[in-house]
Amino acid sequence: MGILEVRNVNKSFGGLKALHEVNLDVQEGMIHAIIGPNGAGKSTLLNCFVGKLEPDTGTVTFNGRSLLGIRPHEINQAGVSRVFQTPEIFRDLTVLENVMIPCFAKRDGSFELNALRRIHNETDIREKAEQMLVDVTMAEKHDMQAESLSRGDKRRLEMAMCLAQDPQLLLLDEPTAGMARADTNATIDLLGEIQDKRKITMAIIEHDMHVVFSLAERISVLAQGTVIVEDTPDKIKGNAKVQEAYLGGTH
Amino acid sequence: MYGLNRKDTVLLLIVAILVAAAPLLLNPFPDTSAMGKTFNAGYPDLMQRFVIFGIFAIGFNILFGLTGYLSFGHAAFLGVGSYAGMWMLKLLSINVIPAILFSIAVAGAVSLIIGWISLRRSGIYFSILTLAFAQMAFSLAASVLTPITGGETGLQTSLNDPRIMPGFLGGGTVNSAGNIPAPSLLGMEMSESFILNVGPWAFTFNWGYYICATFMLLAFYIAIRIFRSPFGLMLKAIKSNQQRLNYTGLNTRPYMLTCFVISGMYAGLAGGLMAAMDPQVGAERMQWTASGEVVLMTILGGAGTLIGPVLGAGLIKYFENIFSKINKATLEAWFGVFPDWMTDLLVTLVYPFIGKGWHLTLGLIFMLVVIFLPGGLVEGGQRIARLFRRGKTGAGALKPAE
Repeated sequence: MGILEVRNVNKSFGGLKALHEVNLDVQEGMIHAIIGPNGAGKSTLLNCFVGKLEPDTGTVTFNGRSLLGIRPHEINQAGVSRVFQTPEIFRDLTVLENVMIPCFAKRDGSFELNALRRIHNETDIREKAEQMLVDVTMAEKHDMQAESLSRGDKRRLEMAMCLAQDPQLLLLDEPTAGMARADTNATIDLLGEIQDKRKITMAIIEHDMHVVFSLAERISVLAQGTVIVEDTPDKIKGNAKVQEAYLGGTH
Repeated sequence: MYGLNRKDTVLLLIVAILVAAAPLLLNPFPDTSAMGKTFNAGYPDLMQRFVIFGIFAIGFNILFGLTGYLSFGHAAFLGVGSYAGMWMLKLLSINVIPAILFSIAVAGAVSLIIGWISLRRSGIYFSILTLAFAQMAFSLAASVLTPITGGETGLQTSLNDPRIMPGFLGGGTVNSAGNIPAPSLLGMEMSESFILNVGPWAFTFNWGYYICATFMLLAFYIAIRIFRSPFGLMLKAIKSNQQRLNYTGLNTRPYMLTCFVISGMYAGLAGGLMAAMDPQVGAERMQWTASGEVVLMTILGGAGTLIGPVLGAGLIKYFENIFSKINKATLEAWFGVFPDWMTDLLVTLVYPFIGKGWHLTLGLIFMLVVIFLPGGLVEGGQRIARLFRRGKTGAGALKPAE
């Protein structure tokens, strides 16, 4: 039994079977990596968790509640946050404002007409947002426009935005893609630290094996739309099926 | 001050001073001079229009500037506000306050319905939906709803209106002279003016203008508060990345709808003031060209900025009046100093841009602004300020070398 349970999920795009009978359990408090070659269906699977795609058949449940057929904002309210492959941030706003928005958002998503309150006076929210930026080592950049950040910083900012919501499950889609080695290592440290401090469950899609084996406590290998193995990192390393999936043949 | 930071307070004060001094500032030339006859804009009718369209544009900017949703049907709310205000002036009282309040309320209710439907779509589809609704409102007002709107003749105060309120509250069918009473507040009619003569200059301080100006400052103040509120931040976030907002657990619809209604109420206020200043309304007030005009004003001044829409509204209304007033004779008088053939040539060249051709001038200005100053006049102002500042620091840097 996991916090996130995926059962017999199928998804086709026209004639292409992107996901075939996928089963997955993400245990509470763990970092669970989903790896696989390009086109294995990793991002499609993640899209099925956040309401971006609807599986053809199968179930996705989070804390016993089905995530299918409900809208993205309701999924987030249930406790699932996502960091995207290309950072989804508010580019025209400052870094601090970016983080303040999730801080303002009520956990239950309720609408509040706070048109006559002043951002300037919201010291609690501001402090919380500043603290999130300290956590992702971006405190000194809080006045910069999000647009002008480096790619690595944009992703760190997006993580801060997700963490500001105290999610139960954090989905990360290639959090280190396109990052320099130093940035990648910083991200590994950051995620490890978050895991230690807050015990947030994470599901990570990643190509970089260095990242995967540094962080993951559990790994699922996806190939051609189906989970071929799920095991601990040590066992995955020596698994013949995994070698085959990645290298296209047995040795 | 009053919940504004220092910079916003200064901005509000500057606007307040300019608006209060407008009758002086807009009449820079002696009344009888040729320049004065053409370029002076300090007469009540035009000044009222400056601030009324300023309110309209401020409200439009709350929607378009903050959320990026381009409504092409805002004139519908302006028209609805005008009709609602007129009915108050006819049925209840000639006092302008109940008329204006009712205008705001009715425009708010109508924008709630139109917004509720239109906001199911975004981008160009939203624009088209609002345009369709506005054209529908225009057609209804001109035909089916004739009992309410007066159809093509429009609606005006008449000698048969009940005006049920007691006399001291502005009721009464006729005034003491037996004529149709004119809209008033505190016992003074909207058209009442105090004229100050200074040498050849004549400055007109109009009661109606100052009432409109007060409403505009109030509207401007509320707009600043909205821009600086968490609600305003959410609206900016909608413009920036609506998807991320959804993945942050927020349903954007209530925010959009509230914003749309607030914007509609601003338009209603503008419409109500129009009815109060000049108690007659026709359906043409709702036509799509009127909706387009407020888009032009906002973009020309600078969408998403606080002061931009007011500047844009002022500029367009100024050009509309001044340029359309210039005629062939005026041009001939101006260019009369040149030899005849040159006068003829200049007049022929300039003539298409004046009088009825003022839209051509407006179009050219609009194109220049959009191409060279995408941030509108406000961006132009900022660039000049930056240039000025750089010049100053440059001079300062030279000093030690002396």
